Amino acid sequence: MRRIRKTLILMATAASLAPALGAAETLTYALPEETATLRAGPGQETAQNNCAACHSVDYIERQPPKMGRAFWEGVVKKMIASYHAQIDEPDAAAIVDYLAATY
Amino acid sequence: MMPRATSRRSFLRGASFGLAALSSFDGRGAFSAEGARLGFANGDRPLVRYPGKRALIEQTVRPPQLETPFSVYDEGVLTQNDAFFVRYHLAGVPLSIDPEAFRLEVRGHVETPLSLSLAALKRDFEPVEIVAVNQCSGNSRGFVEPRVGGGQFGHGAMGNARWRGVALKTLLEKAGPKPGAQSVAFNGLDSPVAPETPDFVKALDLGHAGDGEVMLAYAMNGEDLPWLNGFPLRLVVPGCYGTYWVKHLNDIEVLDSDFSGFWMSSAYRIPDNDCVCVTPGAPKGATRPIKRLNVRSFVTRPAEDAKVAAHVAFEVRGIAFDGGHGVEAVLLSADDGANWTTARLGEDLGRYSFREWRTELSLRPGVHHLKSRAVNRAGQSQPLAPLWNHAGYMRHVVETVRIEAV
Repeated sequence: MRRIRKTLILMATAASLAPALGAAETLTYALPEETATLRAGPGQETAQNNCAACHSVDYIERQPPKMGRAFWEGVVKKMIASYHAQIDEPDAAAIVDYLAATY
Repeated sequence: MMPRATSRRSFLRGASFGLAALSSFDGRGAFSAEGARLGFANGDRPLVRYPGKRALIEQTVRPPQLETPFSVYDEGVLTQNDAFFVRYHLAGVPLSIDPEAFRLEVRGHVETPLSLSLAALKRDFEPVEIVAVNQCSGNSRGFVEPRVGGGQFGHGAMGNARWRGVALKTLLEKAGPKPGAQSVAFNGLDSPVAPETPDFVKALDLGHAGDGEVMLAYAMNGEDLPWLNGFPLRLVVPGCYGTYWVKHLNDIEVLDSDFSGFWMSSAYRIPDNDCVCVTPGAPKGATRPIKRLNVRSFVTRPAEDAKVAAHVAFEVRGIAFDGGHGVEAVLLSADDGANWTTARLGEDLGRYSFREWRTELSLRPGVHHLKSRAVNRAGQSQPLAPLWNHAGYMRHVVETVRIEAV
């Protein structure tokens, strides 16, 4: 049922994009559903709860392999300092541990 | 939207282009039914179809980042709208837009603030057109060694299109910057998830913004902008990296100071030196905002790992571009850089466009390494060895394609 409904929305989107601008209607766009998941490991849930608040976790999966602890410390620090992610200190430490050990 | 049969066929044709087998993955975006293999560690990616797009390489989903399969660049000098790469920063992607209610504001340090509908932009201003390359600052980052963090793209975060719209100069003249105006900031409909996250806003100094080439595009290759490429209006900054090409553009603010927002003052910074490089691991040192594209060229045919018939002439072709001086020459080496021959340049679509080039080769049996090297009209070229910086920006080393003559 869910799948059918989504298909209809996508078809409606395609149809609504076809007419020239000026058609008196709001156009919509449907993004696909997110399927990426984090790898299993201690801290996975903490990472999921914090990181996935702002972006899909494929951002993590796609990074080069075995970048090491300093790399992931830098990433988590950047998320907090530059992008103002609301991650408390114990969670940040747990996330760094998880990422450094798992990716 | 289900894929149309025609686009499915063209997808398969692209995948098997040249003599590369479907099963032959390569570092230039070869792909099979299962996915793409970009050619660096952890570089396998699924293919995904978004509404209005053909099968593209999935980098991330929220926000969407989609890479163009490399074979697309062999289809023509203009990158088709349904194949054009997608790159967002913030997950608040606009999913509902009323083209009649949409307004572009021009405000700030101006005599006459403007609020313009799309209809007015199309009706009241002389349209301008330019063919220009939009390339992500981090295009090819996955090939940077030592590896660096960020979007791990192959070579497919670039595209060349014919943009049609309104010259920013015209709008600025109509609004009338007040004395002391210094810079112009650009914001679009996309927004951050957390309100504390810096909104994606970019800026140009007033002189650049009003140079007559910077424009607001409402059309791309003769059609409305694809949704994910900034519908209904985006900034086009010819010769400059895609980071300036703000999508879903709805707010232009003239400032009486330099713009100090995060996306200019902290992000998208490059080493403040001529090579845009540092020794791997060295401190970042002084930086400046990234700006103009450097010189690049690519072999688009034959594809990586292709097999050609030995002692039979075959065509080698590709694309070259730079930040606006224009391509002067493209050289090709078939012996890993020992000897170079000059290729023939294709049609000139303007100094901001991809420039096609082609030549012929006939090779003895064995493995051969093809390298292309472009030179622009200012005498700038591509390094033979890669340069490195912390963010993996502006890669433009001479790239190598391995082929086999049998």
